[in-house]
This record gives sequence, C-alpha cells and structure tokens, in this order.
Amino acid sequence: MRHGQYRFIAGFLAVPLVLYAVFVISPFIQAFYYSMTNWTGVSPQFDFVGLQNFQNLLHDSLFLRAVRNNVVLLVAMPLLVILLALFYAFLLNVAGRGSGAGVRGVRGSGFYKLVFFLPQVLSVPVIAVIWAVILDPTPTGLANSVLRGIGFGSLGWLADPNLALYCVLWVLVWGSVGFYLVLFNAAMSSIPRDLFEAALIDGAGRVATFFRVTMPLLWDTIQTSWVYLAVLALDVYALVAVMTAGPGGPANSTQVISLQIAQNGFQFGRAGYASAMGVVLFFFTLLIAAIMLRATRRERIEY
Amino acid sequence: MSIPNQYSRRLFLQRAVLASVAAAGGGSLLAGCASGGGGTSTEGGETSSENPFGVKADAPLDVVIFKGGYGDDYAKFHESLYKKKFGAAEIKHAGITDIRQQLQPRFNSGNPPDVIDNSGAEQLPLATLADTGQLADLTPLFDAESVDGGKIRDTLNPVAVEAGDYGGKILVLNYALEVYGLWYNKTLFDEKGWKPAETWDDFLALAEEIKGAGIAPMAHQGKYPYYIQQVTMDMAVKHGGKEVVTAIDSLEPNAWKHPSVKMAAEALLEIKSKGYMLQGTEGLDHIQSQTRWNEGKAAFIPSGSWLENEQKKVAPKDFATTVAPTPLMDGAKLPFQSTRVSAAEAFLVPAKAKNVPGGQEYLRIMLSKEGASKFTELTAAPTVVTGAGEGLKLTPAAASASELVKAGGDNNWNYYYFVWYSPMRPKIETAFGELAAGRVTADEFCAACQKAADETAKDPQTKKRTRS
Repeated sequence: MRHGQYRFIAGFLAVPLVLYAVFVISPFIQAFYYSMTNWTGVSPQFDFVGLQNFQNLLHDSLFLRAVRNNVVLLVAMPLLVILLALFYAFLLNVAGRGSGAGVRGVRGSGFYKLVFFLPQVLSVPVIAVIWAVILDPTPTGLANSVLRGIGFGSLGWLADPNLALYCVLWVLVWGSVGFYLVLFNAAMSSIPRDLFEAALIDGAGRVATFFRVTMPLLWDTIQTSWVYLAVLALDVYALVAVMTAGPGGPANSTQVISLQIAQNGFQFGRAGYASAMGVVLFFFTLLIAAIMLRATRRERIEY
Repeated sequence: MSIPNQYSRRLFLQRAVLASVAAAGGGSLLAGCASGGGGTSTEGGETSSENPFGVKADAPLDVVIFKGGYGDDYAKFHESLYKKKFGAAEIKHAGITDIRQQLQPRFNSGNPPDVIDNSGAEQLPLATLADTGQLADLTPLFDAESVDGGKIRDTLNPVAVEAGDYGGKILVLNYALEVYGLWYNKTLFDEKGWKPAETWDDFLALAEEIKGAGIAPMAHQGKYPYYIQQVTMDMAVKHGGKEVVTAIDSLEPNAWKHPSVKMAAEALLEIKSKGYMLQGTEGLDHIQSQTRWNEGKAAFIPSGSWLENEQKKVAPKDFATTVAPTPLMDGAKLPFQSTRVSAAEAFLVPAKAKNVPGGQEYLRIMLSKEGASKFTELTAAPTVVTGAGEGLKLTPAAASASELVKAGGDNNWNYYYFVWYSPMRPKIETAFGELAAGRVTADEFCAACQKAADETAKDPQTKKRTRS
C-alpha cells in the first residue's frame, strides 16, 4: 500500500460514520434511555421511572393486540411473498416451452418482470390510497362490483373486523412480490444452465426441477429475503396509518406496534412509554431474525 | 515499502470505527439529545389601561397559526391590528399544518413561540402541556378589560371559559364556535316537502319516506366514528340532561351505563337495522361520505359547522348546507332547539415564550369586536365573542348554526372527555364504530365504553379531572 493511503481512506470513511453515529446509533441509545423515564415528549422536565413502562406494557391490552396482529403478518407475509416470488421467478426463467435445446422462461418474461416490479416505484401512501378506493365497502366499490359481477355478494373489506387485517396482508404481499421476484430471478439466472439441462436429461419434470435443483441453490437468497420480510412485517406503519379505518382498523383488528408507538408518542404525550414499546420491538425483531437465521441454516452449496 | 505488521488493515478499520462512534456519539449525545435545555423570557414593561399586560413596545412577537379549514388570513389581520398598536415590534408569522412536528423541538429546547393556534391532525397534546405547567395562565386575560369596554369574560360565550379551564386556571383560549348536529340540504328538503323531525317517532317516519324516495336517510363517516359518536351523545344528553355527560367527563363509575346513553345506542341500532344507513358507509372516510351526501345519495350526515367550507369545492351550486338539531327521544329533558356547541381553534401562550405579555395582548386584540368580526367574515364561522359578526351576510350553514346557538342558549352543552383523556379516545371511538355497524348490542356497547372509562380512571399515567 502507498504511504498515507490509510489516512486517505479514513478521511472518506469518517464522514459517513459520523452521520451514521449521530442519526442512527445515537437515537437508538437515547431510546433506551427514554424508555426508562416518563418523558411526555413536549417538556424538558421528566423523571426516571426504571422499568415501570415495561410493566405497564405487559398489562396494556391494546399493545398486546397489536403484537398479536404483527405476529399474524410476520408468519403469513414472508411465506406468501417468497412462495409467489419463487413461483413467478421460476416461470420466468425455467418453465418456458423451449423450441430448441435448453431451458428458457415463458414468452414475454421481460414484460412480466416490468409489470410485477411496478408497485415498487409507487410510494406507500399512494398504494394505501389506491387500495382504500379499490376495497371500498359500498356495493358500487371496485372490488365489490367485480365480486357482484361474478355472483358473490359484496364484502366489508376494510370495514369488516374479520377481513381488515387480511386486506392489509394482501396489499403488503402485492407491494413486495415484485422486488423479490427480480431478486430471485437474478439469483436463478446465475445458476448454470447445464445443471437444469442435466436435470431435464435425467427426466425431471418442472416440479421436480424446482424442488430438487432450484430451491437448494437459492437457499441463501431465500433465507435473507425471509429475514428481511419478517422485519418488514414487524415494522409496517405507513400502510396501516393511511389505509385502515381509525387508523387501527375496525375494532382494533389492524392495530400494529408501530402505530401504537406513534399514537402514544405523539398524540397522547407519552414519549417515554412509546420508547419502551420501541425497545420491546427492537429486541423482538432481533430475536426473530436470530431464530430465523439459525433455523434456516444449511450447508452452502458451491457451484 | 512494507507496512508494519501490527498496523494491519483490519485493526485500522476497527480503530477508525470506534473512534468515530465515540467522538460523534459522545459529542452529539449532548447536542442531539431529544429533550433539551431551557430558555429565557423577556421581562414585561409597565402596565396601563391601554396596555394591561405590560407589553414591551419593541419586543418581537412570534405567531404560529394552523393553516387549515379556516386559513390564516384572519391572523394576518389580527397581526396588523397589533402592529398598529406596537409599531416597533417585529411580528413573525407562520401558517403551517404540521404544528407538532415543528413545535415539539422548540418546546423541548425551551424556546417556543409566543402565540400558537394548536389545531389539526398534527396538534400538540393539549392536556399534557397543561399538566406540565407549560402554558401561561390566561386568567388575567379573561379578567382584563376588552378593547371595546367591559370585562372580557362577560363578552364571551360561557363555553370559552369552560373549555379553557384546566384545574381552576384558564390555560387555553378556544376561539371559534363549532356547532354540531345533523346536516341536510335545505334545497332538496324544500323540493320534496320534507322537514327535519322533532321527535324520534317522527324521525323514523321521515326516514321511511326518504328511503321510499330512493335516498339513504343517513350516512356517516364510518372510518372516523367520532362523528356518529357526536350525534348519539347529543341524543343521550338531550334526553337525560347535562348530568349525563358531566358524569362521563368526570370518569364516574357506571356513567356510560346511564339509561339515556343506552336509549341513544338503541336508537342508533334501530337506524342501522331498519336499513336507513347508507350501505357501506362504515368504510368511508369523511370526504367520501360527505361527498356522497352532497351528491344526494344520503339525506342527513352528522358533522359540525366547518362542513360547508370543507365541501365547498364538491357541493353543487344550489346545495344549502343547513343544520338540524337531533330529534328528541321520549321523556327528553332538554328542548329540541339545543345542541352541542364547542369552542375550537385552541390558542395558547406557552409559559416559556419570550414575549408572554405580547401573546396575551394579541389574544385580547383577537377578542375585540373588530378582530372577531373579521374572523367570521373570512371564515363564515362564529367566534366565542357574542355579538361579533352580526350584520354580516352569512351562508346557509353559518346562518342556521348561529340561529341554533341563540335558540339553544344555556341548553347548549359540550363534552371534554376526548381532550382530557386522549388514550381513552380510540377505545370509545372503536366501541361507537362497532355500534354504528350493528355488530354489538346496546348493553355490550355501554359495557365496552364503561370498561375503557374504568381503565382510564385507574391508569396512573392519566390525570383525572372533574366538572359539575
């Protein structure tokens, strides 16, 4: 290395590190501090209350309901997104009827990739407003008109406490599939074609190829996506705040932890309590991520 | 050139990271601390009859206004009146919508503005500010002489004094009067020969007639149960008298199980079960439901006196937004011509503001006949100053609202449980949402509300208040 090169590198690293420390690390540490106080958020005076906030959380029925809803999203969303994304990526890459030798995707796969990725370029409030209009509960709403056209009656959608959470789940899935489709697609294209052709020669159908060849080779990517989607499910806020009734859904059916944090911190003047919720969410997310990474660990396959 | 072994790349990077985090984190922890330090305020000058709070003539004034349904032009007029009196003072005006986002850091660092119009979705939590001693006492303002002569307290609608009272001290000036009720299109009603019903039985008969004409008798803003809650409580209070709501505000046990509340809940269920509610209204927000009402798909909608202004761009040209009081149930104690009247647009002067006397003087100017009339002229909304705005040409909504306020007089009522106990609010609204959708019985509804009230009464983090 040239003389003085480390100082050169340090100079460039210093600024981003400082920004990161001030805007990411510092608030984290402050949140831990405020979670043990009764800070209202609008006053410089507050007292240290130890773990009182955490004790109150255990008895807060609204918070526990929010945790329950988050867990539902946590279980369902990554599963659905990954399954759909894998399936579509497989179709676009491997499942085409090749006229010549080799494997290719279905016809027009470039176009499909574009269409599936489209929701990613929309911002979350825009998506929330669009779907709130589509899922309009009056009989003349978009979704209800379609349902009535094919013979089913109209549904309450976001106004029905039994359906509202699943509507939120659906919109989350709809918004995420495109990104993971492109991700899996890229991962799949890096699999050498001869592996697929070898499988074809050995008599593997599409289903067998998918489960015996594609999935094991993609396992790294799937694992990372799973953890990332789990964190997304635990963090969901903007969609719920804009799209649901209340917000928080009819009868608290779409209440989520982030929404509780926002309401407690800003509307009720309980910033200390909200920080405690944030700390709980932090540890919960770490725990889930650790469990998932452990549970889905497999040997790395080199090819 | 060789690199010394102990100064390997990995070690270097580790040290660099630690150094940056330590330096930046440590230094910024103090600077970036969310709850900051304090500030100082300037001392007041001499008092006189013209200058009852001792405003310093050259002290600057910092005014922050919520630029919402009422706009902020009225504030610019009030500031011009202040400038006429204190020409040397520099006035800073801000008309914003995200009050809390912009002012929370200022409160935390101890340099809040002098006057704040705290309204809108992003408002500061009022009860919290009041409880932590961050609002200047406005009782001297109410006891002072008005610009037009006479004690200010006597020139105002009593709800202004009641709404601003936080534990004996008046800490907030609620400026605009808001009149609530069932709103309808007078043009449509005159056309069809309908009139708002005075008793519940007449209301049901009218609803049947309206339904027969192909219009839904009632719609409501399902996404925000606040509105349907408002008219249901109105019917309960008119039936049982004001003690129904004072008990609820004071978090008394079984306050929500009062027979009048249960009767009102059953009335709402009756509307839903007889199919008089616009289908699907449970999932509509305020703009969607009010727009359908403007389009003639529903006859009545619960709302307040801002409704006409809010729907200005959508309503057809001949739409006459008019307010009707809620019908009386059997055995009602209050007369038909009475309704909930509240004072909105909360103006406050922070205790740590730099120019507290200036802020109080600004409010005194707002409460003059000249200031109040200008507000009504620009916003079509009445103020708490009685008699201001007379002689102005009013829109149908403003005219019918003022008439109702006058007709109701002392029988008009208000509630405070949403302002005083903000964590209870979503629970009560959820209960009303379920009631309006017909998914619970009246007993279950009363029990759910009472449970929320009891939890709030036991909650050590919430301050209990009482009223008589």
